[in-house]
Amino acid sequence: MHDTVSTRTQNSVSIRDLSLSFGSVKVLETLNLDIRDGEFLVLLGSSGCGKSTLLNCIAGLLEPTEGQIFIKDKNVTWEEPKDRGIGMVFQSYALYPQMTVERNLSFGLRVAKLPKDEIDRRVARAAGILQIEPLLKRKPSELSGGQRQRVAIGRALVRDVDVFLFDEPLSNLDAKLRSELRVEIKRLHQALKNTMIYVTHDQIEALTLADRIAIMKSGVIQQLDDPVTIYNKPRNRFVAGFIGSPSMNFLKGELAEEGGRTVFRTNGVSFSLDGYDASEPLKPGRKVILGVRPEHIKVDGDISGGEVHEAVVDIEEPMGADNLLWLKHAGHVMSVRIGGARRYAVGAKVRLAFDMSMASLFDAETEERI
Amino acid sequence: MANTFTITADPSGTRLQPGPQGARPRKVLSPRNIIVYGTLTVAALYYLVPLYVMVVTSLKGMPEIRLGNIFSPPMEITFEPWVKAWAQACTGLNCDGLSRGFWNSVQITVPSVLLSIAIASVNGYALANWRFKGSEIFFTILIVGAFIPYQVMIYPIVIVLREIGLYGTLYGLILVHSIFGMPIQTLLFRNYFVSLPEELFKAARIDGAGFWQIYFRIMLPMSLPIFVVSMILQTTGIWNDFLFGVVFTRPDTYPMTVQLNNIVNSVQGVKEYNVNMAATLLTGAVPLIVYFVSGRLFVRGIAAGAVKG
Repeated sequence: MHDTVSTRTQNSVSIRDLSLSFGSVKVLETLNLDIRDGEFLVLLGSSGCGKSTLLNCIAGLLEPTEGQIFIKDKNVTWEEPKDRGIGMVFQSYALYPQMTVERNLSFGLRVAKLPKDEIDRRVARAAGILQIEPLLKRKPSELSGGQRQRVAIGRALVRDVDVFLFDEPLSNLDAKLRSELRVEIKRLHQALKNTMIYVTHDQIEALTLADRIAIMKSGVIQQLDDPVTIYNKPRNRFVAGFIGSPSMNFLKGELAEEGGRTVFRTNGVSFSLDGYDASEPLKPGRKVILGVRPEHIKVDGDISGGEVHEAVVDIEEPMGADNLLWLKHAGHVMSVRIGGARRYAVGAKVRLAFDMSMASLFDAETEERI
Repeated sequence: MANTFTITADPSGTRLQPGPQGARPRKVLSPRNIIVYGTLTVAALYYLVPLYVMVVTSLKGMPEIRLGNIFSPPMEITFEPWVKAWAQACTGLNCDGLSRGFWNSVQITVPSVLLSIAIASVNGYALANWRFKGSEIFFTILIVGAFIPYQVMIYPIVIVLREIGLYGTLYGLILVHSIFGMPIQTLLFRNYFVSLPEELFKAARIDGAGFWQIYFRIMLPMSLPIFVVSMILQTTGIWNDFLFGVVFTRPDTYPMTVQLNNIVNSVQGVKEYNVNMAATLLTGAVPLIVYFVSGRLFVRGIAAGAVKG
């Protein structure tokens, strides 16, 4: 899906032709991925797409069937987890219940038989960074979910490693705490500048945290790009539909010639494609899917020229800051995001203008971006 | 504030309407209660009446027993039968009571329980967390082992023990008990360790802990409940065992159960019911005490070891 040519020295983690199957079930298929030093990479996908499996392979908790893993240019494919220079944070925190926070943090260091003053120094540093000093003498059962996850991050921190692995670290927390810790993780990354690989199914986490996002589906990376590119130029329909909430509108139709210009036509209604940046010539007659995000359709007063369509309000969903309109037009129902203060009655007529420079065209067969 | 909401309370101070309110009253003598408590009472009596008869009989002298009122409490309490059962009753050649069998049983049960739990817990841990090639097959074979009747294997085991020179010794019996406890104990431990969050094991591996370090420092401290359950099962099972005891030991190493049988079933002389009852109660006392003591510990263990994600 993407080029694997790279200069070795810049990469913190490299995955080469990695495959993993459980019996006849292929979880990962010849996967290639280069993660730059200090990069925050998010592996995003729905459950069962292989993102956690990939993370476990990098950690050394799962053996790949084929392929190699490099960390800091060292082939660690056969190395034990502890020798890979990684720290890992789990969804369920995985704190040792019978140990105090302090002993949870120092367990790995005690196993490695580090000198006591070195252990104390590292624990104190991690506790300072994460502001968990008052909790050091407590047991995990006496901590709240957010505190537990902070301790779990601390356990990775004390290991003084190059690469941090996060396996859905915020999924067990409630919404408010999740957004708080999300910011903290970002701050942590900015302060430490470590390589971080972060697995999540939450696109908001992915978009807000990532330097680059790798969107995965059935063991294959669909697209690896920075969040803005992923959001605005999704490589295929799966990526387009997966990212964005409310979801992108998809209109099935075909390309047609009209007045010397190529247009998109669906159910007899033509849409001008002016401003669309196609990667290949748009041939009339080709079956395509037009994808437009709800915020890229302008309504009434926002329209500043261009082609104007007319639609009927089907349902209105006020969401506070935004107002989501479901409109009927050209035989499709599409969602449009407008300001929260603007309200429409059901059945009202609205004028629409599509911002084609922000739209996406996919081949109807391959579902790849055109 | 007063303007935003006003409470229109009536002078009596209550705003409740007449009619049902709060928790619905429950009838004590509802059909449901009668059935539940009735069944429980019958079941309890079914077990407790024989026990009662045994206790009162063991405290009576023989003349009083001959009167035949087995339910009546003793008119004159005597501990003579207990002393006799413990120290004087004759079994075969010896006339030193159950005490000999008691110590034999202790010497059999304690090492057997410790050995079988030690091995089974490591087995279960390995099967749950360190999946190796063929571990599923190994586990299946072990489970099948739990369903094979012991009697089938007695003769082969006698030969094996004879060949390795352990037949008739306490060590031989300890070995037999440990091996036969293995399938069910391993199953017990494996299922428990499987139920512990896998991420804990993964975290420990990332932290660099090896097989034994994870077992002793992570798994063991979280496993008190299952160790207690396993200990109860093994202690009662091995203590109450009669078959292996009678097959694999000699008269001077007979466990308590075999001795009890020899006392109760002796055909010579007068049947001393009070001594028999006392002997039986003495033999049953150990599993009973284990239940009472560690049952509480078990509940506490569950509460203390609670792991929430």
